[in-house]
Amino acid sequence: MRYALLINERPGSYDGFDDAQLAALTAEYMAVRNDPRVLHGERLQPASTATTLRAGGLLTDGPFADTKEVFGGFFLVEAPDLDAALELADRIPAVRLGGSVEIRPLAEHYR
Amino acid sequence: MISEVFRAEWSRIVATLVGFCGDLHVAEDAAQEAFAIAARRWPVDGVPEVPRAWLVTTARNRAIDLLRREQRHADKLRQLEPPQPAVEEVSVIADERLELIFLCCHPALAPEARVALTLRALGGLETAEIARAFLVTEETMKRRLTRARTKVRDAGIPFRVPDEEVLPERLDTVLAVLYLVFNQGWGDGRTDLAAESIRLTAVLDELLPAHPEIGALRALMLLHDSRRAARIRDGAIVPLAEQDRALWDGERIVAGRALLDHALARGARGPYALQAAIAELQTADPIDWVEVRRLYDTLLDLTGSPVVALNRAVAVAETDGPAAALALVDGLDLGDYRYLHSTRAELLRRLGDRDAARAAYDRAIELTTTDAERRFLAHRRDCS
Repeated sequence: MRYALLINERPGSYDGFDDAQLAALTAEYMAVRNDPRVLHGERLQPASTATTLRAGGLLTDGPFADTKEVFGGFFLVEAPDLDAALELADRIPAVRLGGSVEIRPLAEHYR
Repeated sequence: MISEVFRAEWSRIVATLVGFCGDLHVAEDAAQEAFAIAARRWPVDGVPEVPRAWLVTTARNRAIDLLRREQRHADKLRQLEPPQPAVEEVSVIADERLELIFLCCHPALAPEARVALTLRALGGLETAEIARAFLVTEETMKRRLTRARTKVRDAGIPFRVPDEEVLPERLDTVLAVLYLVFNQGWGDGRTDLAAESIRLTAVLDELLPAHPEIGALRALMLLHDSRRAARIRDGAIVPLAEQDRALWDGERIVAGRALLDHALARGARGPYALQAAIAELQTADPIDWVEVRRLYDTLLDLTGSPVVALNRAVAVAETDGPAAALALVDGLDLGDYRYLHSTRAELLRRLGDRDAARAAYDRAIELTTTDAERRFLAHRRDCS
């Protein structure tokens, strides 16, 4: 089964991190990215770079919702079941740093 | 005779079928149909030598038929081999009830979904019976079950025993479901959820003997259940201190104590072990409240739960007096938890503050959910 792991970060989770700590964090993310079950993954640029489009031609500066957590990236994974996907998701640093990971199965098309 | 077989075999058949066809709904429907066929045929043909093998074989055939009717199961059908009808298969019918329990109680499911699935798949209760036990309409319960099964299928909730690393926390979820079912209370027949949860916890204990916390939960359930006959008199709740101990079930107490000793000997020190130890101490006359309070201290440290803090305060009232207990209760963040108000009311009554006690009883009465509790609180209020 394929799952999207949608990574939500708590704003300010990296405040006060020095270069070494940031590098360690990046290494953790890369380790997940390099897991053979991970098909693809991307990190998004910060919320300040975002633009939101709505009906009526309204463009808003920033991400679409004023939420405590900010969507920061995703992984697409192939896993036999939810527990396997959960085990992968558990390695994502955002979880222990006050954010969350949403695990959703991809809509598959029946042949 | 057939209803006994049903009781004993339902969850095993469903579990085997889920393992066989990978779909909970098809498994339940197939099992249901197999038992219906048995109900028609066995009185005529006689009960088979090995009922389980007969039921599994019949259910498997029903499952294939059901899958055939739905296009989206085409892949699944192709994977299934035609079943061999034979009594010799009995040794091959593995007990997959553990897999089934962990599936039904998976933390990815909403808590009420876990309870409903467990009662249906493991308890064998009909949807209508579960609805009645939880005071919702059958339609609501049917929808709840369907949503839950859909999530199991679409999110890929697995049919397997969790890996060692996560087994303890998954087991906690299962125990929480079973304890919730127990606390839902006493109906009759299969809706006697206290009896049903005691039975299911015993099955779990059998399947996972290396986890003494399960035995501790069994002890807790039996010790609480032993007081069933004394809990209500004239339609009103009777508090522990006023219960007629002659109405307590001595056998359950003995069994509960034995299970508790056994669990403690195997190292159980978790919340159920502590609560069972507290319940056991409360079977004594007089109650050793100092020891009870000590156990609550440990339980509070372990859980940090404000509800535990509230129950601890009740013990503090016995060891240090109601004023000390009231000070503790007033420091708790429990919102409109009805037992917060009923406990405050009791303490205020014992302190002789009649106006404040009456106000607290009124609030508790507003929040209470059963007639038995309401009558007890109203009587107390009127005596204040």
